[in-house]
Amino acid sequence: MKSRAVAAVAFAVALFALPLIAPPFWVTLGNYIGLYSIVALGLVLLTGIAGQTSFGQAAFVGLGAYTTAYLTTQYGASPWLALPAGLAITLVVALALGFITLRMQGHYLPLATIAWGISLFFLFGNLEWLGGHTGMTGIPALTLGPIDLKDERRFYVLIWVVTLAALFATNNLLNSRQGRALRALKGGLEMAEAFGVNGARLKIIAFIYAALLACVSGWLYAHLQRFVNPTPFGINQGIEYLFMAVVGGAGSVWGAIIGATLITLLKQMLQDVLPQILGRAGNFEIVVFGVLMILLLQFARDGVWPWFARWLPRRKPPPVADAPALPGREKTAAQDGALLEVRNVRKAFGGLVAVNDLTFEIRPGEILGLIGPNGAGKSTTFALISGALPLTAGEVRFQGESIGSREPYRIARLGIARTFQHVRLLPRMRVLDNVALGAYLRGRAGVLRAALRLDRDEERRTRAVAARAISRVGLAEHQFDDAVSLPLGKQRIVEIARALAADPSLLLLDEPAAGLRYREKQALATLLRSLQREGMTILLVEHDMEFVMGLTDRLIVMDFGEKLAEGLPVEIQRNPVVVEAYLGGV
Amino acid sequence: MDLSIAAFLTQDGVTNGAIYALLALALVLVFTVTRIVWIPSGEFVTYGTLTLAGLQLGKPPGTIGLLIGVAVVAAIVESFATIRDGEWRRLPQRLALWLGVPLVIAGAMAWAAPRALPLPAQVLLTLAAVTALGPLLYRIVYQPIADASVLVLLIVSVALHLALTGLGLWFFGAEGSRTPPFTGATFQLDAMTFSAQSLLVVATSIVLIGALYLFFGRSLYGKALRATAVNRIGARLVGISPSFAGALTFVLAALLCAFCGVLIGPITTIYYDSGFLVSLKGFVGAIIGGLISYPLAAAGALLVGLLEAFSSFWASAFKEVIVFTLIIPVLLWRSLTTRHHEEDE
Repeated sequence: MKSRAVAAVAFAVALFALPLIAPPFWVTLGNYIGLYSIVALGLVLLTGIAGQTSFGQAAFVGLGAYTTAYLTTQYGASPWLALPAGLAITLVVALALGFITLRMQGHYLPLATIAWGISLFFLFGNLEWLGGHTGMTGIPALTLGPIDLKDERRFYVLIWVVTLAALFATNNLLNSRQGRALRALKGGLEMAEAFGVNGARLKIIAFIYAALLACVSGWLYAHLQRFVNPTPFGINQGIEYLFMAVVGGAGSVWGAIIGATLITLLKQMLQDVLPQILGRAGNFEIVVFGVLMILLLQFARDGVWPWFARWLPRRKPPPVADAPALPGREKTAAQDGALLEVRNVRKAFGGLVAVNDLTFEIRPGEILGLIGPNGAGKSTTFALISGALPLTAGEVRFQGESIGSREPYRIARLGIARTFQHVRLLPRMRVLDNVALGAYLRGRAGVLRAALRLDRDEERRTRAVAARAISRVGLAEHQFDDAVSLPLGKQRIVEIARALAADPSLLLLDEPAAGLRYREKQALATLLRSLQREGMTILLVEHDMEFVMGLTDRLIVMDFGEKLAEGLPVEIQRNPVVVEAYLGGV
Repeated sequence: MDLSIAAFLTQDGVTNGAIYALLALALVLVFTVTRIVWIPSGEFVTYGTLTLAGLQLGKPPGTIGLLIGVAVVAAIVESFATIRDGEWRRLPQRLALWLGVPLVIAGAMAWAAPRALPLPAQVLLTLAAVTALGPLLYRIVYQPIADASVLVLLIVSVALHLALTGLGLWFFGAEGSRTPPFTGATFQLDAMTFSAQSLLVVATSIVLIGALYLFFGRSLYGKALRATAVNRIGARLVGISPSFAGALTFVLAALLCAFCGVLIGPITTIYYDSGFLVSLKGFVGAIIGGLISYPLAAAGALLVGLLEAFSSFWASAFKEVIVFTLIIPVLLWRSLTTRHHEEDE
């Protein structure tokens, strides 16, 4: 921790000493690196964390730059008023683009941003009132109260203060409630939605965040250069921004700074050196960039930041402080009737009927087992209840409310938590953070509060809740380990801890005992019974007969998508129809 | 605008649309089989035009050097992989394929360049050279990361596009080329004039689309590619090698792009960096088909051609803005009609 602080202070001193000692050329480069870093930081969040991408960030930079250029030169507006105006325009555009593309598969956003980046470039170049291809001149210099920022060295300080603020905000955001959810978007969307994360909405937020940072960079650019033309906002620059994020390492905020620095210096160097080597001038550095990028993605997909990070001491996780629990769910004790009713539910995949006319109920406080041979439709039933698949016909009611075909994140809000048959943990995240994602719906902090670090109290309480859930399932010594480092059986138990962190009233477990050893199974059974005593209702889909027979209050047996039998475990064991289904008739 | 102008613009639009349709089909093919969003397709188009232009001027086109360079790199990559897998005995055969064939094509082109061969021979050579680049670049760039996510493949595609643009500048130079029309004939039908050139373009596109239809419907290889597009793992299990499917896809796609280049040459002046806009127009068409439907992609490309023709009449400066903004309502429509999916990571 200490040596990290030393490294940070050394970085800050070197950074702000540069304009005092370095020649103007280096100050100019430093300015550009700062401007590019701001844009790349947005891409870290969007691409590295949320797994979406945009080649159109340069166009957002252009929106920021052109808005202030137009307002300050045509209307004499103050640059400080033009900034919010630019941000507002960017917000509207990003919202519209995000709404249109982010509900679809990942490759539509980048394609749409390429198209929109080109459109905007031609628009800037062809609109007379924006100066056409020659652009606009005479943009006023910034003043900050009595301080005139005309001098590049002074502007450098402003740029880097903004850059560091963006770095700080982005880093805060990554270590927050929404940050955990954002990380889950990449490869874990279905899981995140099962814990109440509205994936589409969160992707749009990440896209807007990146767009707004780009807009701020554009505003600074316009007042640094004091003129704008369409060229720096074209699609090639948009591609370069993405390269910066990927080269630096899109998984970390520092990757953005490193990437922006490397690409800027490399480009400068290549533009000096290549014409001498090749003997003719031209845009040949793009060949080097392209090849470099291909090699990087083939051999070192995480960029260069991990190499730097190796030299820094690894940050120790802060200990979990004891904090009051997050608000939980009101326990409606001793309910009458069913907690969950499944009525005449049917699911067809084309001509294949996976679940046919299935009816059963889960009573409050019971452990209900759902069993059946392979292909009986158990997992499909499970998916229908949790909302992962839409119903073909029938109805699912939870506490009297119809939930069939609702999105999973809406179903989660009602107090239903689930585990997955194939473990869905975020492998590179600590066990504690994985479990904290389960408590997503119990927190309130949004992106803004997280970025400004106003969510610390709630964050402490979330961590306490997660730590309690982890020690409850008996994995306290693993809470700071990466999820991927645990054996599969323990990862399944982490899944249960994550579901517990949601404080559900109905717990859906999809084959929780698969891959567990005998003693682990016994411990799991003990845990589930003690949860039951506290009033939790549990639905269990399971293959392990011994486990199911000893644990459940009632059993539903399915075969070929239909209910074969229902009753107490002892009755089911003696039921001739069930025996025949399992053993194929004796 | 009177009827004759409308008829002229329609003819223009359909001609361009027919070319974009070929491109859109190539893009759908590549995406469905390999999940690659093939941004560099445009460079294959420009290479096609610039190669033919070079041959017609009697200059050895830059494609020769490019082909040799790419083939040498591919041969190194392939030898390395072969030796790593301990398959020494297959090395000569593989080198003959990855190095020998491209070198023969390059040699033929160098021989033919100063000889002013008849046009069909020049077109054939052009098609051969540009088509060969397809599988070679697939081998070098995409095959090592064939299992990566769509997003990574897309970023790689953009990187390759940049590299190929720069190489285009190096090998073909900065000046634009326009090839002479294949025929100058025109004929009247009622009050309308048709140019034979336009008819030739449209007819070629139709023939190629028909050939593709037969290939996918009737031939075993075509069916193998369709199987891979439907289910990659399933296709692998029944013995269709994914790298073979990838290479074959890129042969077909590069051939389609090379045809586009030959056909577009007499219509517009092509520079080394013109490919990007051309390929994006193909993409707008392909996206109308959701990147998976061939007929919708072709129809979409036709629409792009028409829109481009009419907007260049009404607001020529905003031609590109209008064409690329079309993608927004198209995406909106698609987004409202499809339920969102889990990302494939």
